[in-house]
Amino acid sequence: MMGKKLVKSIREAIILSGLKDGMSVSFHHHLRNGDYTLNMVMDEIADMGIKNLTLNASSLFDTHASLEKHIRSGVIRKINTNYMSAGLGHRISEGLMEEPVDFRTHGGRPRDISLGITPIDVAFIAAPAADCAGNCSGKYGPSACGSLGYAFPDAMYAQKVIVITDCLMPYPLKGWSIPEIYVDYVVTVDAIGNPQGIVSGTTRITRDPVGLLMAETAVKVIQHSGLLKDGFSFQTGAGGASLAAARFLMDLMLKDNIKGSFASGGITGYLVDMLEKGCFESLMDVQCFDLKAVESIRKNPAHQEISAMQYASPAAKSAVVDQLDVVILGATEVDTEFNVNVHTDSNGRIMGGSGGHSDTAAGAKLSMIIAPLFRARLPIVTDRVSCISTPGRDIDVLVTQRGVAVNPKNEELILRLKDAGLPVMDIRELKQIAENITGIPNKHVHSGRPVANVIYRDGTQIDTIYSMI
Amino acid sequence: MEKVIIHYATAGTLESSDAFVTVEPHDDNGLEIAIDSVVQNQFGEQIYKAVQEVLDEQGIVSARVSVVDRGALDCVIRARVETAVLRGKGDME
Repeated sequence: MMGKKLVKSIREAIILSGLKDGMSVSFHHHLRNGDYTLNMVMDEIADMGIKNLTLNASSLFDTHASLEKHIRSGVIRKINTNYMSAGLGHRISEGLMEEPVDFRTHGGRPRDISLGITPIDVAFIAAPAADCAGNCSGKYGPSACGSLGYAFPDAMYAQKVIVITDCLMPYPLKGWSIPEIYVDYVVTVDAIGNPQGIVSGTTRITRDPVGLLMAETAVKVIQHSGLLKDGFSFQTGAGGASLAAARFLMDLMLKDNIKGSFASGGITGYLVDMLEKGCFESLMDVQCFDLKAVESIRKNPAHQEISAMQYASPAAKSAVVDQLDVVILGATEVDTEFNVNVHTDSNGRIMGGSGGHSDTAAGAKLSMIIAPLFRARLPIVTDRVSCISTPGRDIDVLVTQRGVAVNPKNEELILRLKDAGLPVMDIRELKQIAENITGIPNKHVHSGRPVANVIYRDGTQIDTIYSMI
Repeated sequence: MEKVIIHYATAGTLESSDAFVTVEPHDDNGLEIAIDSVVQNQFGEQIYKAVQEVLDEQGIVSARVSVVDRGALDCVIRARVETAVLRGKGDME
């Protein structure tokens, strides 16, 4: 019986899945910019003449910019995603699609899949290792990517699940993360992705003095927030300044002998170092960002894979983000109400997405944005962000190279940071300092039609992105 | 004294937050300024004004000036234009 799952080609699996016009297909993004699978499958679907599909992808990278042809030819009618890099994003902003893209968060996507709001007909799961029954894992194989966290809701809730692998292992695969009970078909291909684009060999701390200064200040904010004590939990991104902050935080935790509980999210080698040195008991890993993280999740039982639901879904009975003490996040713009934009650039063009931004900001006790006062002459603090990705009520503090602005709602933090001698100032003061240096930018005025809806993690729409003319 | 650009000269780089400026002689004796900036929408007019002012200060009445801006601050743009002009200018014949 088992042999029946293993089919010869992607096309055969698609035929067996019963995929038809108007249905919904899904993909995960653990192979990031090295992913071959999404393009391979969509090319096959297009070749089969299937049209009007909804594409539900946890994230889309520049390598997926070739989707443009499938949008133009009517194969893809609608896109649901949590992140879209500039390659496709700019084309969407130019009005490529008739229907607006729906942006969700890493928690909102599994929420809406599990509640049946965005049902998936056929899920395609790129698996770095799998057996003939579909038990699969990201930890092994030539395209190893570590965690497969974002693929779990797809596997659990799609009508049909197709596992695509370039490393078929004997049954039963040891250390599987997605079990066979969800999988309908297994296909082998030459390569599911390019390992060089899947994870960066190294993620590096910034050497930019502005970034280092911000990282130092960020750690001082954490130190004096009252949260840095035994049992501390932490998340940070893979940006240069965030990585520097993680390294400075490690030094401080080791010096003061603070035993934290866990670090979560996208995991880098810097967090692996902190785990190995005893700063944390555990890593809760929804995605690996570098090879060191992949190596660690394979070998260290304290480095645990979590699903997208367990990471951040508001529909889960509980989630990791709600246990977080501190999260460090980035921003392309922050406004004087502390709203954050990570979806669009200063010209209003799509170049990102929330990912876990608003999930962690909502869950963490202290949500910190690190951003320079300006980048390439563009001030970061504005009167109103061009797109609200994360609402200001969930942001506690903005750290820049010149000063720290605390959301006025967080009175206790203001007092703590002032007592510690940190340069606390009004966010409007930071805006003024930046504009004194850069000049006052002309306001971006949109004039087109809606090209994307920004859907907050609870399912409500918090903003609309308009086309550029 | 009125000056003109007598030979091709450059200043600056294409690094982020810098600008690359080229100046060259203008065949028809006039000023032609071309600006290509990543912050055109936000600062296009301010950049043009800065370039114009430096040319005025240097007494340049004839040149082709091209500024490829990667988000340089005003002071950087002025410095790059001034340097390019000093490298390329001479007396009007």
